Amino acid sequence: MGFNWLSEPRGDYYTRHFVPTPEAEGDRLILNLGPQHPSTHGVLRVVVEMDGEYILKAEPVLGYIHRMQEKMGEVKTWRQYLPNMGRVDYLHALAWNWAYVGAVEKLAGIEVPPRAEYIRVITCELNRISSHLLWWGAYLLDLGAFTPILYAFADRERIMDILQMVTGSRLTYCYYRFGGVSADLGESFIQATREFLKHFKTRIPMFHDLVTGNMILRGRCEQIGVLPLEMARRYGATGPVLRGSGLAYDTRRAEPYSVYPGLEFRVPVGVNGDAMDRYDVRLAEMSQSIAIIEQALEIMPDGPHLNPDVHERLKPPPGEVYYAVEGGRGKIGVHLISDGGPKPYRVKLRSPSFCNLQLFAELAQGTLLADAVSILGSLDLVIPEIDR
Amino acid sequence: MPGLANTVKGLWSLIVGLGVTGVEFFRPQLTVHYPRKEVDNLATYRGHIDLVARDDDPLTPRCIVCRKCVAACPSGCIAIESRLVGVEPSGDARELSLAPGLIVTGSHAAPPPRQKIRREVASFNLNYNLCSLCGLCVQTCPVDSLAFSREVYLCGSSRADFEFELLERLRRRAAAGGQRAA
Amino acid sequence: MTLTEIINHPLTRLVLGLVLILVFVGVNGLILVWMERKVVGFIQRRPGPYEVGPHGILQSLVDGVKLIAKQLVTPRGADRFLFWLGPMLSVTPVVICFLPIPFSPALTAMDVNLGLLLILAFSSVNVLALCAAGWGSNNKYALIGAARAVSQSVAYEIPLLLSVLCIAFQTGSLSLSAIAQGQSQGVLSWNLWVQPLAFVIFFISATAETNRAPFDLPEAESELTAGFHTEYSGMGFGLFFLAEYTYMIVVCSVATALFLGAHDGPFLPGPWWFVLKVYALILALMWFRWTFPRVRFDQLLNLCWKWLIPLGLVNLLATALVLKLVE
Repeated sequence: MGFNWLSEPRGDYYTRHFVPTPEAEGDRLILNLGPQHPSTHGVLRVVVEMDGEYILKAEPVLGYIHRMQEKMGEVKTWRQYLPNMGRVDYLHALAWNWAYVGAVEKLAGIEVPPRAEYIRVITCELNRISSHLLWWGAYLLDLGAFTPILYAFADRERIMDILQMVTGSRLTYCYYRFGGVSADLGESFIQATREFLKHFKTRIPMFHDLVTGNMILRGRCEQIGVLPLEMARRYGATGPVLRGSGLAYDTRRAEPYSVYPGLEFRVPVGVNGDAMDRYDVRLAEMSQSIAIIEQALEIMPDGPHLNPDVHERLKPPPGEVYYAVEGGRGKIGVHLISDGGPKPYRVKLRSPSFCNLQLFAELAQGTLLADAVSILGSLDLVIPEIDR
Repeated sequence: MPGLANTVKGLWSLIVGLGVTGVEFFRPQLTVHYPRKEVDNLATYRGHIDLVARDDDPLTPRCIVCRKCVAACPSGCIAIESRLVGVEPSGDARELSLAPGLIVTGSHAAPPPRQKIRREVASFNLNYNLCSLCGLCVQTCPVDSLAFSREVYLCGSSRADFEFELLERLRRRAAAGGQRAA
Repeated sequence: MTLTEIINHPLTRLVLGLVLILVFVGVNGLILVWMERKVVGFIQRRPGPYEVGPHGILQSLVDGVKLIAKQLVTPRGADRFLFWLGPMLSVTPVVICFLPIPFSPALTAMDVNLGLLLILAFSSVNVLALCAAGWGSNNKYALIGAARAVSQSVAYEIPLLLSVLCIAFQTGSLSLSAIAQGQSQGVLSWNLWVQPLAFVIFFISATAETNRAPFDLPEAESELTAGFHTEYSGMGFGLFFLAEYTYMIVVCSVATALFLGAHDGPFLPGPWWFVLKVYALILALMWFRWTFPRVRFDQLLNLCWKWLIPLGLVNLLATALVLKLVE
């Protein structure tokens, strides 16, 4: 038969229109990684052309979880859109909450009481720790270590229990409101947070012992997926992906919002831009989040947790606004256009994983398949955020 | 030799890792064995909403059928059917007062006296299949008639199992002793 | 022939041994699967199987029943003969590997003077089984998995052999019973103290031969595929699974016989000590699996060709030199 089963693509549009590398010799294999992925990135599909174990070309295919979040922004009222933000990136839901609520507050000129700002900082940083913990566990699961994800989840359970006390939810929080937060922190929350931070400080050394120094892990992460700074800039990468390549760009410092200017914390930065650097940056960020939460708990003032003057059927004046916060994956941006009505005219969500994923096609060229998986894990992608 | 030192350091890291898992082997389990045990932090958990009874009458909800919750809900979960209880005038008769430049042709009548329209809930339907537990309805209610229940261990075999009629649930709760269903 | 002659005939001994070995393999398969899941559960601070039977001891039995009850699917375009040859070829020779293993001086099914060679030869048939499974599946992922498995197995045969040869040189025989005999004068007579490097090389090669983590690329390459057994359902997969655990017992038994003094130990009768030592080594294998991430394929082969084989050769030469000087 003249039909070469191994390298003729059959299948859907993307498979049939995949352009193989023209100058490659030898037997080439065209495979799909996903969209049903064993690892927890989400529904990502990558069409890969391989020569033996080496990847010649990788093409991500998106859209498997497009949920029309931006369209929903146009048909729901300003307040009704709040639960959507928790679902865009469910791992760092509070950061997306903050981006939207901050944008509307900026547009409508709503003041946020200081206590509410500190509450937002504390809860968002707790959520950042839990997001990074899940990334850590899932990354190691990709690399074949089955235990660290359960240790990470044990700590995540504690964070989820703490956040449940005040938000009522464990994952998709809808906690921030225009002009503050929906419920005040009680004494039990503060107590539980302090206990958790004390406990978590003993866990981070254990994570380092088990994994970070491990010879096998270093072999899988060092010198893998080296991202030069100019390439990161070209693709608009943000977050630990950019900081791993040496640039200390953190939205909390570069475009300060809320009470972050008054809080002391360092921005961890890598040197080489390989997967190990991104790993180290994220683990260091967890420690910095602990420091931020402790400071915020100390200096949080008393007062109202919600601005009572916000109208129920909010109608911000016509105009455009862009508001950015630092999420676990990078810079989260919300661009709102209002026409003065009860519903937004346009909601544009800038998701950090979208730009970080673009890097993958270029980074994965010429690497081994196992290395490509390691690179994908180190980029910390959440596909629902990419597809929105 | 740096290569040898690295190898030794690498092998030592493997042994340290084994030590960590070895110690964790003997630590107590973190799993809560449901249904023998249950988790103990459900006091703040958001289950589906339930009606809150009046202080003086456990069979009647506080709801005044303003339908603010219906408007606030992003998913359209709530549907209320109401019954008119009474209409009473709540003020004196009003006079017709037009702007000075208008010419009265004689067909305008004075507005009716202000009325207080009281409605009560005939049925309060929640379609829990669509609810996202955002809490906007609970916060919007001007009379605090809605609150989250603690219904964590729900299960059903069809969508109809998750369409609740909250007035009936309130009545059943009141009959069972007035405690909030756990 | 009289009754006593029949009972003492080596053929009777062989047949009886095979039957007992089959029982041993079956029971051990059940126990090991349960033990693995319990060990991983406790390491991960959770109970593991708990509901089926007290503390889940009936779980593996019920899983076996489930696997038998599943439909046996042959993929379209698969080579039927090779596809079903794979699992059968995987599990059958492993049983034969148990024959020369000295559970105790009396409990050796076949006391043959080339016992080690027999075991090494028959355990290599596993490679053929993987090949047949990967090729016969008509699946790109299975093919890649099988190719990796084959090159991994073939590469790690060599350090395995080198470490075994050191012991053979020392004892002067390839018979496992003789090697076990030589270690039966207390703990200090175990070969572990004389040949620690050979033990380490043997154990690492054994981990790689049985496709256990951190070398489990052929089977648990969760990034890409499920490896060579992607297309198998029901008992086809069950047989591969059983073969893997049985093969684990074989290599640990060989390690015990060669290095840890086989049936030597106080108070308890020999066979119990043998089984205890084997289970201790298996526990160590499980411990490795749930602690370490996977190595990359080229790092795996690097380890073999650049570290284990040179070390094994050096060890062999040193052993030969010392033996010649002592003589």
